[in-house]
Formats: sequence, C-alpha cells, structure tokens
Amino acid sequence: MKKNIEELKTMAVQIRRDIIEMLTEAGSGHPGGSLSAVEILTALYFSKMNIDPSKHRDPNRDRFVLSKGHAAPVLYSTLSRRGYFDPVELKTLRKMGSILQGHPSMSLVPGVDMSTGSLGQGVSVAVGMAIAGKLDKKSYRVYTLLGDGELEEGEVWEATMAAAHYKLDNLTALIDNNGLQIDGPNSEVMGVDPIPDKFRAFNWNVIEVDGHSFEEILNALDEAEKFKGKPTVIVCKTVKGKCVSFMENQCSWHGSAPNKEQCAIALKEIGGGE
Amino acid sequence: MAEKMATREAYGKTLAKLALEKDNIVVLDADLSKSTKTADFKKVAPERFFNMGIAEGNMMAVAAGISTCDKVVFASTFAIFATGRAFEQVRNSICYPKLNVKVCATHAGITVGEDGASHQSVEDISLMRSIPNMTVISPSDAVETEAAIRAVSEMKGPCYVRLGRLAVPVINDNPEYNFEIGKGVTMREGKDATIVATGIMVDAALEAYNLLVEKGIKVRVLNIHTIKPIDTDILVNAARQTGVIITAEEHSIIGGLGSAVCEVVSERHPVPVIRVGIKDTFGESGKPAELLKAYGLTADDIVKAVEKGMQLK
Repeated sequence: MKKNIEELKTMAVQIRRDIIEMLTEAGSGHPGGSLSAVEILTALYFSKMNIDPSKHRDPNRDRFVLSKGHAAPVLYSTLSRRGYFDPVELKTLRKMGSILQGHPSMSLVPGVDMSTGSLGQGVSVAVGMAIAGKLDKKSYRVYTLLGDGELEEGEVWEATMAAAHYKLDNLTALIDNNGLQIDGPNSEVMGVDPIPDKFRAFNWNVIEVDGHSFEEILNALDEAEKFKGKPTVIVCKTVKGKCVSFMENQCSWHGSAPNKEQCAIALKEIGGGE
Repeated sequence: MAEKMATREAYGKTLAKLALEKDNIVVLDADLSKSTKTADFKKVAPERFFNMGIAEGNMMAVAAGISTCDKVVFASTFAIFATGRAFEQVRNSICYPKLNVKVCATHAGITVGEDGASHQSVEDISLMRSIPNMTVISPSDAVETEAAIRAVSEMKGPCYVRLGRLAVPVINDNPEYNFEIGKGVTMREGKDATIVATGIMVDAALEAYNLLVEKGIKVRVLNIHTIKPIDTDILVNAARQTGVIITAEEHSIIGGLGSAVCEVVSERHPVPVIRVGIKDTFGESGKPAELLKAYGLTADDIVKAVEKGMQLK
C-alpha cells in the first residue's frame, strides 16, 4: 500500500478525527502530542514502511517504536486504519480490559513493535532492533519517534551515542518538535535547543523538515534510507494540537481530554467524517 | 573441576560454550567485560558481542530491542548497576513485555570486597523479585552457575542471575546433581531445624551443618537457587517437619531470601524464621573474609541463629 499525497491527507483527517473521538470517549489521555505527530505516522505507515498487517511479526518487516509512548492515540488510530485491528476497538481506549492501554503494549496490540511509555527507553529499544538487523544482515529499517521534551532524558543521548558508534544507518529517528511539554515551553522547562546541532555533534545525519508536510517528510525518509554509515534524525517542526484551534500551541492540552462540546468543535475544524 | 571458582568465572566459561552451541545468543556488556567475564564470549563470537559503554540503562533497553528479533540476549554489568541504575529499563522494557533478556549481574554482595559500599549490591534480589514476570536465580557455585545459565538460555522470558566476584568452593560437583528452575535442593537431611540458604551462603550452611552435628544437632540444609518462583513445597515441608527455619543470604535481610521464605511460611505453615544476612546497613572496604565475619555471614553466625531459633520452637 502506497498512498499518494492526496490520499495521505485524507487519511490524516481520519486519524485526527479518531484521536479526538477516542480521547473524548476515554475522558483522559494526550491529544496535543498525538495531533502533532499525525503526518509523521501517516507517512510512515501508509507510504514508507515495508509492512503487512496480516503478518505483523514478520522478521523482515520494518519496525516502528513510539518512544513518546503517551502519543498512543495516534499510533492506535494509524494501526487500526492500516488494518492491524478493527477501528471499533478505538472506543475502548484506556478502559478496563481493552487492548488499548494508556501507553502502548506490544503484548496486546497487533502491530505495536514495542511497549513504551517511559520516556527515553523506546529509542534505546530501536537501537537494539537496528543492531539485530545489522547482525542478521537483514534489510529492514527501524523508525522511532521521540518528543522534543523527551530529549531531556539522559538515556536518549546514551542511545544516540550507541547508534552512531555502531553506524546504524538502518535507523531513522524522528523528533516531534512541537516545542511544548507538560509544564510549559521546552525553553522554559529545560532548554533542548539546538536540537540539530546536538545530533550532529553525536555523529548523526540530520534533516530538518516541516512535520506537517507529507512531501518534506517522505523526501527526508527516502534521503535517510539512502544515507550510509550514520543513523539519520529527522527533526520535524510541528504544532502541538495541530488542526484544532483551541488546542494548537497550548501545553494545557498535553494531557487532558476534550469534553463533548469541545469534541464537536474539534471535529468540525478537522473536517471529513462524511 | 577446580576446588574453588567464582560464579562469574563459570558464567564466562558457560557463555563461551553456548556461543558455539547456539547462534541466537547475543551478549551485551557495559565496559566491564573483563570483570563480568563476558569477554570469554567475545573471544569466541565477537560478532555477537556488543559493548554498550558505560550506559547501563541504555544497555538494558537495547537488549530488549535485540530480543524482539528472535535472539536470546545476555546483558551483564555489576549487580548494583544492573538492578539499581537500570531498574526501570529492566521493569518497563524487559519485564513488562516479557522479553527474552537474561540480566546476568556479577559482583553481587559484600564479597566484592575492597571496592566498598558503592559497589556492594545488597538489595538486588529484593529489587528484581518485586518485578512481575521476572525469574530470580542465585547460584551457589560454578557447577550450579553453568546449569543455571544453560537453563535460562532455554527458557522464554526475563531472568535475573546473581553472580559473585569471589572464588568460592565448588559444592555441587557430583553425578546426582540436577538443576531445575524453581526447585530447591535438599543438601542435608535433618529434623531439628532447617537452614535455607542461597548463593555463596549455601557453602557456609554446609559448614554450619557439620558444626551443629558436633553439638548433637541435626539440621536440614536447603539450597534455594531460585528465589522466584520459589519452591513453596520444599519450604512448607521444612516448616512442618522441622518447626523452625534459619535463612542465610549475602544480601539485605529486607526483601531477599529471608523475606521470601517468611512470605511462604507465614501464609502456609507459620513457624519462627531467623534471618542471617546484612542487617539493613551498607558494606565497606575490606577483604571478603573479613567482611563476611564483620557482617555476620559466617558458619558460626548461622550456628548461633540455629540455636536461637530452636529456643523459639
């Protein structure tokens, strides 16, 4: 399945609707950082990644690790729309007995390649998958998505150092650079800039893109695949809460769910749904 | 086999053998491969050995990632770092998804010696056994270490194996020896009391057995190499048949073998339990033998505990 740009845009609308609806139903969760990552996950799962939902444990598949595990809603919606499980399940998010835990569990959800939630660990896991790929001389690629606030975790830089040391050019990290974290802007809580320079200093290939432009994301993903000898990081400039006016650039929407009225307004702004 | 060998030595030798027997084994270390003896594996299978540098948290999550690609991953460093610094990676990235990572940590306990308290892990059993899905094994000698490492390489899921720096007597080198994860071993039969020991304290328990025989006391000695899942049947039988239990471990008396035994007998067949172990304190620099004496971890200490325990019967 390789969707064209127009189809990807249509899918992004669907995924944003899912995020708002599932979080409203759940009554808690993380809309801001889910909405900012929609184009990134849509580009990966509906265009770039070599995957087959009917063979979700295929040893040759590309892998994706959601290192910013709190953005579980965007991953769940993407996986269900890609055919890993019935989208009806999305309404069970965060409820007792659901496969859709507050943070992703690989034991429960088809298509989730790693259980994440504790920031900093997913990128290390992705490094491990990339090491295994090199060891087995397999051609699969490993993708991981980190938040920019997550870069404050020391483990990220341990993993970053290891990825460069082992020349893991089969690994691509993407940074959802929306500039906000729970307590406020990164720059006020704990400065993470300059992100590209940090990765360059750690011997990574660095690409900077508009994280809401499919063209730019897909070009960067292709470029990363061609780049040999170093891992690549794609720093995606994004807007937290993207496409919902009252959520955009508001850190208060990092970890709170919309109510029914807010849901209706959000869905209207996002569009689609016919 | 040599009369004495450190369990870390046996670990390295076993890994080197497994390297030739199984091509799905991968070993990680955090810049301590000469001390943990994973360097023995590296010599045989350098392409499957990855030094992750001085970054233990990252190493554990990398191990998790590699294990998702049909590998059995052994991750080694000192016990203090494996279970302390990297606790949350072990919990969230290895145990929660039940991945096939074997955390094999050396330099456990105060017999680390001269490096002192910062490097003497006396809380690791407690930490590891509190994590769901984790199996916890503390071998008593080189023979048991080889058997344990082979067993964990065959089982699916996470494991913690506790290994030591100090050369310790080989006590299981006999044809009847059989290792099964979760099965305690009756080392000596007796009815007056039961000594339940793990790790290097099993040898001290055997010495205590001899000293007690001279005093006309006949104790049962159990080797509990698997602290989780613990062999409840062997413990309940000991409680029922001998009426008092003395636990012996080179670990804090809080949360380790002593606590695990108390949990079992208090629910199934309550009897007095006396815990020989490190009494809620940090260690210090010194020679291992001096430290064992100073911190109450000798055969004589076990003998005293047995005599005290028998008065409570």
